[in-house]
Amino acid sequence: MGDVGIRSQAAYIPMLRLSLAAIGGGRKARGGSGERAIAYFDEDAVTMAVAAGAACLEGVDRGEVDALYFASTSYPYREKQGAALIAKALDLHREVATADVSDSTRAGTVAVRAALDAVRAGTARNALVVAADARPAPPRSPLERNFGDAAVAFLIGSENVAAVFDEQVSLAEEIIDVWRTEWDRFVRSWEERFVVERGYAENIIEAIRALLKKTGASAADFTKLVAYTPDARSIAAVARAVGFDGKTQVQDTLFGRVGNCGAAFAPLLLAAALEQSREGERFLWANYGDGADAMVVHTTPAVAQLARRRGVQWHLARKREFSDYERYLNFRNLYPDDNDRRGGQGVSATVHYRDRNEDIAFHGFRCRRCGTEQFPFQRVCFQCFARDDFDEIRLADRLGKVMSFTFDYFAGSPDPPLIVTTIEVDGGARVYLQMTDATAQEVKLDMPVEFTFRKIHEYGGTPNYFWKCTPVRNIAW
Amino acid sequence: MNPEAIRDKVAIVGMGCCKFGENWDQAPEDMIVEAAFEAYEDAGIEDPQKQIEAVFCGAVYPSKGTAEVADALKLFGRPVSMVQNYCATGTDALRYGVFAVACGMYDTVMVVGFDKPKDRGVSGPSAVTAGVRGLPMTPAGWFALCAARYFETYGASREDLAKIAVKNHHNGTLAPKSMIKREITVEDVLQAPIISWPFGLYDCCAQSDGAAVAILTRRELAKSFRNDYVLIRAVSIALGPNPQADPSFDFLRWKPTIYAAQDAYRQAGIANPAKEIHVAQVHDCFTLTELLTYEDLGFAEKGSAKEHIAAGTFQLNGELPVNTDGGLKSFGHPTGATGIRMLYENYKQLQGKAGPRQVKNATVALSHNLGGAPQTCGVVIVTMP
Repeated sequence: MGDVGIRSQAAYIPMLRLSLAAIGGGRKARGGSGERAIAYFDEDAVTMAVAAGAACLEGVDRGEVDALYFASTSYPYREKQGAALIAKALDLHREVATADVSDSTRAGTVAVRAALDAVRAGTARNALVVAADARPAPPRSPLERNFGDAAVAFLIGSENVAAVFDEQVSLAEEIIDVWRTEWDRFVRSWEERFVVERGYAENIIEAIRALLKKTGASAADFTKLVAYTPDARSIAAVARAVGFDGKTQVQDTLFGRVGNCGAAFAPLLLAAALEQSREGERFLWANYGDGADAMVVHTTPAVAQLARRRGVQWHLARKREFSDYERYLNFRNLYPDDNDRRGGQGVSATVHYRDRNEDIAFHGFRCRRCGTEQFPFQRVCFQCFARDDFDEIRLADRLGKVMSFTFDYFAGSPDPPLIVTTIEVDGGARVYLQMTDATAQEVKLDMPVEFTFRKIHEYGGTPNYFWKCTPVRNIAW
Repeated sequence: MNPEAIRDKVAIVGMGCCKFGENWDQAPEDMIVEAAFEAYEDAGIEDPQKQIEAVFCGAVYPSKGTAEVADALKLFGRPVSMVQNYCATGTDALRYGVFAVACGMYDTVMVVGFDKPKDRGVSGPSAVTAGVRGLPMTPAGWFALCAARYFETYGASREDLAKIAVKNHHNGTLAPKSMIKREITVEDVLQAPIISWPFGLYDCCAQSDGAAVAILTRRELAKSFRNDYVLIRAVSIALGPNPQADPSFDFLRWKPTIYAAQDAYRQAGIANPAKEIHVAQVHDCFTLTELLTYEDLGFAEKGSAKEHIAAGTFQLNGELPVNTDGGLKSFGHPTGATGIRMLYENYKQLQGKAGPRQVKNATVALSHNLGGAPQTCGVVIVTMP
């Protein structure tokens, strides 16, 4: 067994950036400017995890991914595994070992540790870690200003490793600083100084010091400290306490651009550091939440490969500024609306079950006789009328083009008009899809689109997922 | 298939139609009684209990089903059946009535198309979300899917569509049983709020309640009812693939109309529909549907509809008047009733009883329905003997 670490990585940051001024309540004297990433109305931790996971797996043999760990504090179900859903949407094989790692902002590093253990133990050839959060904060609260929504994916394996994980330290702590019970709609927290000083700083400093002691290293041996912080300011004291230079040796925490993205936050910062690093760099990666984790990560020559995928920089460049707070409340279902989109009985579980290859994994069909590709599943070919003679094909990572569209103002979208399209997927299958992350003005016939896994509706109070199309965006980064 | 199996074998000898509208004070049974008794009177039927041997019904939102019709008219002890075929439901009910008479089993049957969508408590068709994959989509959204591609290919625009709405609103002012009797302008249409691009409010037909009835008999018996009976020359239903999934669809036409028209013209022996059809009622659920239908029925070359619209070809005084009673735009669209309501207008036109809407010298008339996403089409051709 060689070195174990990150083979590929990708990030996902939703396109919309809500200006902090729109939320209000900021300290203007301290420059209450900036923005935070917000999930669109059809996004949640699952859809963002799928987006990051899909980009991370592009060109990777899915048959060699034997485990999937999903880290999130805001996954919508109490009971029902997120990792199994994400594995289906990512089209992983049937025997993939799946687990949700939840309930703490530390879940991201805990999931990476589990993945490292599985690969090192030889129970998985490769393990995918997806961390995603869209944590619910009370409207116009300081938490809402601090939070951001994002996802990260790391493929952990032992071949062509770009970033190797070395020593690690973990501490567990019992503290009521930040929490959300089964009955709380929003994240709650205790008094800020207690949260920062007794919870965050004390634990993360202790873990970092223990790691430095264990490795015999000092701050000077690292390129940067890449660490979780509950807010923009608190990292400075931590860096100072463990000997890192606050100006040059601390990874940018992206406040004012993304925000604290919970379980995905420490992974997002590591992904950002790695995609801009070179061979032979060393990072001290630290995380907090009901205890602390600290790990040493060093880069190999393969690190240059990491930046080719859609990562943090790509997503920072792909953004749409947004300052309509009322619409944001509507996206998050925080605004009373006479058209509650969570009503009704919901979809049939049996229909969902039998259609999961087409709805979740986005498979189409290719006729073995005439080669015509089609969607959804057909028993009889549209073209040559052959019966039951099809190969299942993956559509999710292909591109498509707009054959037809309309803008439906009547369909009860939280952000009207609903952009409805018929898409020809490369290869010929036609799919009737909503377009997301787009405005009516930019929709053109024949424009290229890619596919993104989203919540399509919430009837019955459950998120119902399917794919949408979104314009292909050529982002220079 | 024998295309001449039913040609001119069945006659319409009586028709009735209730006033279409938001009939808050009427039950479906009330509308059915109104339409049926008008048809009885029109046919000179004095004893429907003896003379009506079978009933064929069409309704998409029935509250009870066949019993609604049987109970309303007290027509028991005989077959009462119901069919559903999206917006072609009324036309398909007629088709079964025609078969029942043409095969010789019954002498005289009744066809009842009705629907009461305004009892469902929604102002328009509901946004249906049935499945996991189901978009919260509306009929306007479905029927709009040809617009972008058609506009780009043939240079048509919302203004061309608006002229169709203006025409149908005008014709509707002349029809006693229409729901909306109000002239509008192209400007009104273009300024209205968008429902689903390119359709604004006036590009869409309304929801309404309605019922219409036809009484059919064997041609040989028709004279015993009246001299100015109308013959059914062709009835066709055809389905097409879901345009949202069809890998070969070009978004310039609606395939079901083309299929049903081909079949109906073959049954009727029509080679040049633009010349041989004198008046037509077509499915103007949305203005673009009527525009595409001009071409899909062969009334105009593909891509030439806007020239014909500009030239007034399909106006009341044009070469081939379309939707002389104002169409779905003026009557609304109680789904099961619409096909029979169209037949009612064609029947009056051929008899010369269409009043201010009368088309001169019309002896061959066509009616057309298109429904689903759209996936089904019904076409009926009627003539004077």
